Amino acid sequence: MATFFGVPYPALFGQLLLGLINGAFYAMLSLGLAVIFGLLNIINFAHGALYMMGAFAAWLLLSQLGIGYWPALVLSPLIIGLFGILLERTLVHRIYKLDPLYGLLLTFGLALIIEGVFRNYYGVSGQSYDAIPDLLRGGVNLGFMFLPLYRGWVIVASLIICFATWYAIERTRLGAYLRAATENPALVQAFGINVPRMITLTYALGVALAALAGVLAAPILHVTPIMGSNIIIVVFAVVVIGGMGSIMGAVVSGFGLGIIEGLTKVFWPEASNTVIFVIMAIVLLIRPAGLFGRA
Amino acid sequence: MTMLATPHPVSRRPATQRLLLVALLLLAIAAPALIYPVALMKVLCFALFACAFNLLLGYVGLLSFGHAAFFGWASYVTAHAAKVWGWPPELAILLGTAAATGLGVVFGGLAIRRQGIYFAMVTLALAQMLFFVALEASFTHGEDGIQGVPRGMFLGFIDLGQPYVMYYFVLAIFLLGFGLIYRVIHSPFGQVLQAIRENEPRAISLGYRVDQYKLVAFTLSAGLAGLAGSTKALVFQIASLTDVEWQTSGEVVLMTLIGGVGTAFGPVVGAAIWVFIETYLSEFGSWVTVIQGVVFVIVVLTFRRGVVGELSALLRKRGK
Repeated sequence: MATFFGVPYPALFGQLLLGLINGAFYAMLSLGLAVIFGLLNIINFAHGALYMMGAFAAWLLLSQLGIGYWPALVLSPLIIGLFGILLERTLVHRIYKLDPLYGLLLTFGLALIIEGVFRNYYGVSGQSYDAIPDLLRGGVNLGFMFLPLYRGWVIVASLIICFATWYAIERTRLGAYLRAATENPALVQAFGINVPRMITLTYALGVALAALAGVLAAPILHVTPIMGSNIIIVVFAVVVIGGMGSIMGAVVSGFGLGIIEGLTKVFWPEASNTVIFVIMAIVLLIRPAGLFGRA
Repeated sequence: MTMLATPHPVSRRPATQRLLLVALLLLAIAAPALIYPVALMKVLCFALFACAFNLLLGYVGLLSFGHAAFFGWASYVTAHAAKVWGWPPELAILLGTAAATGLGVVFGGLAIRRQGIYFAMVTLALAQMLFFVALEASFTHGEDGIQGVPRGMFLGFIDLGQPYVMYYFVLAIFLLGFGLIYRVIHSPFGQVLQAIRENEPRAISLGYRVDQYKLVAFTLSAGLAGLAGSTKALVFQIASLTDVEWQTSGEVVLMTLIGGVGTAFGPVVGAAIWVFIETYLSEFGSWVTVIQGVVFVIVVLTFRRGVVGELSALLRKRGK
């Protein structure tokens, strides 16, 4: 069998694929964090919990109502997005005038509540969400590796989502308002644009992105209440590495770090959990503002 | 911007302050007659942990979300030294504290390169890295932790196996740590730290090497968090993954918030309240996490000065 530094190609590409998929989730989550941070100036610690809720919503839609994957892909982000609006209107909006650190603490509290409630009802062992539609079942042999179709779909879908978000923010009128409000909310308000509503919708958008990532993840990963807190700290490291200055930065560092993590799993499995944090430390030493960040 | 409504210098009412100190000290000495010593020791360990954390958040304005790394790793090192190497308790605690201090230099050096929200994320991520190291390393014994750590003989002749003796040993360590923090806060060094908290660019323009001050404060805070963790390892005779988890970092933030950020006594009160809540609500099992979250939300939204902060604000209003 052909090998690469002693690693058989199928194993190498298999881990690369897993890395790409993890990278897709990192990218979507850090994108949502960046969008929310841009306008609200808070780091949404509850992002992981909302990603978990997205996965659970899909699982509940199937197990309780018999609603399948495709509708869930739309419904779950909508439901969680509405939940996000509720959170923003009742709690999060109260702290905009305070130090951003309070935003972190408030959303940390929300994450604990959400995760705790789900843990009480569903335990930590996790549910399997076996709802891959027929269209995406099976796989193709690419010659050098076997690609399960669903995994290919996750990568393509997340790239489309990231591109669409980039397009919406950088190339549309609404995105222009959003960027303007990020720079100077008072001025944008003076032009007659309802900034508070825009803030609420931005929070909902970021949250919906997390939920969408959750639905995409549901068939691959176990749907468990702790899936959010496992990933959010890694995503924080990704955000520190990439900087929250640009959307492209979030996407590139998300995918890039996912791939590096996958490769580490091949060559030095014990270090695969820590490699992203080590990279973060190195980046802090060399470029404290982050790879794509503006100081 | 600063983390909190400016805390009032505690030294404003020296007489009341001293009276309060003496009363609290007497209470602490008499307490084991009334309350189960292990519960008290738990309060003291977490109180010291929270005081160390508060030195950073309350007096430099830096929110560390990774203090469990220092607490937990010091706990592992002390447990290993006492159990495997058979070191006496005082040396085992010193070694644990030294390890946490060393970690503090490294983490602090990295984390102070970023400010505000990023600082919190960096400390959280670094601590998570050490959590995974603890999970994989062999001497930590993974999920089991290091169990059955001997308390040993302090200075070779004082048997810490006796609960009361152990309590006063822990009390002495707490007072040592608390006294050090109190001194630091009220020293010229502490004043500079508070100046950095209030207005960092101004402190820089006045010629202070802000980064060095931050690093020293961070290292001190990490070392004292380590002292608390080392002591905890001997009190409960175990070092486990729970101590290095991010949840523990969150808990120390919560204790400090409940008691009052930037007040000398706040973290002590907060730790006592939280340990009490946790102990008495343990019958609710996993709902404790939810309760913790709810307390976080309530404190952040309505009670940002914490118990001690609100009380002293009330007293000052009366005084006027």
